[in-house]
Amino acid sequence: MLLSLAWRPAVAEEPTLQAAVRAWAGAAVVREGRVTLELSPLVENGNAVPLTVRVQSPMSADDHVQALAVFNELNPQRDMLRATLGPRAGRAEVATRVRLATSQKLVALARLSDGSVWSHTVEVVVTLAACVE
Amino acid sequence: MAVRTLINVPRQARRGEVLSIQATIAHPMETGFRSDASGRTLARDIVQRFSCRYNGELVFSAQLFSAIAANPYMAFHTVATDSGTLELRWEGDHGFVHTESVVLTVA
Repeated sequence: MLLSLAWRPAVAEEPTLQAAVRAWAGAAVVREGRVTLELSPLVENGNAVPLTVRVQSPMSADDHVQALAVFNELNPQRDMLRATLGPRAGRAEVATRVRLATSQKLVALARLSDGSVWSHTVEVVVTLAACVE
Repeated sequence: MAVRTLINVPRQARRGEVLSIQATIAHPMETGFRSDASGRTLARDIVQRFSCRYNGELVFSAQLFSAIAANPYMAFHTVATDSGTLELRWEGDHGFVHTESVVLTVA
């Protein structure tokens, strides 16, 4: 009981997934499409989950991905990864391994050079969670 | 302190080719959300920034959070432009900094 009380303020400060997405997108309208968040829909071990974010983009000087971000719904912290890219990347594809505390939604976002923001939402089922406590 | 890294990048490339780079660094990525046996929260110790410079120019950078798994792995791309050096840099909590360089020959 004491522990849960001690935890509450920290959790309450963390924004919702929607709020985190909104904050990252700024003034831009978040549209679905162009981005693909690739990860296994059924995760056995939440401690290291391979994840790839891919964006359909020519990655040319006047049409490229400027930034990528991945947010989650139910980890202790919404932010997972933010990356900055440019035309010199050649291909808009970034991969890493993340921790998932429980079954939840993940959102990948991409900001293109024209200012538009695109998203892809994925539901993941986690059978063994990453240890949080 | 010896820091182990594993970097996978072609040493030779043709001009204009898109290079795939994978980098892993040995790091605990302590989240700051876990507690020890006595209930004290373990201090956060994560890599916060990763960057790749190609002959001094920033071609990729990332901000990492507690949700990134231990021994962070990053895979990204860059276009081979000129022969030179790729400098990979990790920066984290408690003044953690590690840099690795890879020499690249572009034909």
